Amino acid sequence: MEKVLTRNIGPEQTPTDLKAYEANGGYQGLRKALRELSPKDCQAVISDSNLRGRGGAGFPTGMKWSFVPMGDSCTPGHKYLVCNADEMEPGAFKDRLLMECDPHQLIEGMILAAYTIGADISYVFIRGEYVVAIERLRGALAECYASGLLGENILGSGFSLEMYVHPSAGRYICGEETALINALEGKRANPRAKPPFPQVSGLWGRPTIVNNVETLCNIPHIIDRGADWYKTLGRGEDSGTKMFGVSGRVKNPGCWELPMGTPIREILEVHAGGMQDGLQLRGFLPGGGSTDFLVPEHLDLAMDYNVIGKAGSRMGTGTLIILDDQTCPVGMVLNLIRFFAHESCGFCTPCREGLPWTRQVLQDIEDGRGQLEDLETLAYQVKYIGAMGNTHCALAPGAMEPLQSALKYFRDDFDRHISGGCCPYESYKAHQHQHQQIGTGA
Amino acid sequence: MNDAQMIQTDLGTVLTREEIRQIDAELAHVPYKAGAAIDALKIVQAQRGWVSDESLRAIAKHLEMSAEELDGVATFYNLIYRRPVGEKVILFCDSVSCWICGCDAIKAKLSAKLGVDYGETTADNQYTLLPVPCLGACDRAPVMMVADDLITHLDEAKIDQLFADVKAEDSVAGGEQ
Repeated sequence: MEKVLTRNIGPEQTPTDLKAYEANGGYQGLRKALRELSPKDCQAVISDSNLRGRGGAGFPTGMKWSFVPMGDSCTPGHKYLVCNADEMEPGAFKDRLLMECDPHQLIEGMILAAYTIGADISYVFIRGEYVVAIERLRGALAECYASGLLGENILGSGFSLEMYVHPSAGRYICGEETALINALEGKRANPRAKPPFPQVSGLWGRPTIVNNVETLCNIPHIIDRGADWYKTLGRGEDSGTKMFGVSGRVKNPGCWELPMGTPIREILEVHAGGMQDGLQLRGFLPGGGSTDFLVPEHLDLAMDYNVIGKAGSRMGTGTLIILDDQTCPVGMVLNLIRFFAHESCGFCTPCREGLPWTRQVLQDIEDGRGQLEDLETLAYQVKYIGAMGNTHCALAPGAMEPLQSALKYFRDDFDRHISGGCCPYESYKAHQHQHQQIGTGA
Repeated sequence: MNDAQMIQTDLGTVLTREEIRQIDAELAHVPYKAGAAIDALKIVQAQRGWVSDESLRAIAKHLEMSAEELDGVATFYNLIYRRPVGEKVILFCDSVSCWICGCDAIKAKLSAKLGVDYGETTADNQYTLLPVPCLGACDRAPVMMVADDLITHLDEAKIDQLFADVKAEDSVAGGEQ
């Protein structure tokens, strides 16, 4: 398979500087666009390519860009292009690799995106913990300014763009695009009501596009080599390649660039090396912590947005989290709900009050204090907290996804916790044992 | 700080000239001063380690916003510290992939070794232990950050090795396995 996004990323994962990036075809897409393509042409190529957003929602990128007012239909003032580099979805670890190893690919994608929508200011909104990526992106930006690839009149084209690396002060919710915009404005990162959509009224009330790191990394290649080429890269119905990852107790956890539509079994068994010795596959979250569980019967499905959607889950970030047969499914869902309850911004009631309630019910079941009625309570919570429209943003519905599918596929495990009055999994017991020793040992 | 570096405000709170220089540089990018609130908090925290009530009031005054509004921003973000922290902050990942790979036991070991739980600082003021959302290194789980360093493939032996210099009296003796 042809490597596109990772063509500059070797096994040592050393960073690619400007010279090495350009030597391998870097900034050719940008030069081509500035020389011979109008912003409208660029938007059309991206639309034709069927590129879908790699942050998790899978929204068509070209369509997103098409909502930005252009020319006379836009009031005078700034437009903004923001890269969402706030990778915090539990189990997602793909954008870190792209930024640490090939920062110029992201920058070129951002310049092209900004050119297409007519933005003159751009930000990489990156989580503060990504210190290596921050340093390398800043180094790459300095190289670009020194070489005329950023700033006034880029490569003599008349197009100008300023770009800033903006490290975040934390919180998962900043990955939601309107919350991210509030964070950029120096406010609490509560998501905003939509409409208005950021494409029309985003940062400081001006047209703003927020795209994921991986999405933007695709742009230079599509502009350089065309939509038809890009569509041939996928094995199924979706275009291009995708960063897929596997974490959990497999032999070779990692992150690989593979064609869209690669079967889950191939990702898990060939690339991740299968389960660790002595463990069986019980289920998996196909695209991060806020996606529904799938089970071994789904292994032959293609990792395409619609295929995974039809199976009752979402491809999300494309980073699989593996549940083995010696890890407690109730404990795993409890861990996820604890995360989401903690990361709720607190703005709306179902999320702020509902998720801690769900966490408490699950904690009771996990600790052996559960009652049969608790399962009805969980189903009720899934119904009302999980319904889109009951909450201000998608955090709480996302949190309910692993729970609702765990109740479907692992119902026996919930029952065994309740009937047995304890967690039946040895691994959990070992953890508990250790906690108790520490708690009482002093 | 000495007096020459300080600018007195009416609340008796102070920002250094260097802090003001850095904050004012951020103001060039925002349409109104409160827009630089998070940047200003980070600038002051970088100098002082944390954001005290006095620091908060000084920043708020400089940004022409109320201290209460700024505190609403400061307390929202987990990397802004409104209480003192140790020399190094440990950001311990307890999200799902690290949990599957046994981070609860590592956390117990770490807590025992340092004698602190989440939100606490060691007696020698070296380390503050905090939980953090998924660190995005799930293929190398369990992981944590110690100051700016990402530490991967954690196990109990690695905790012993990393914190070998922590004095015995600072740790919870009974917690040793």
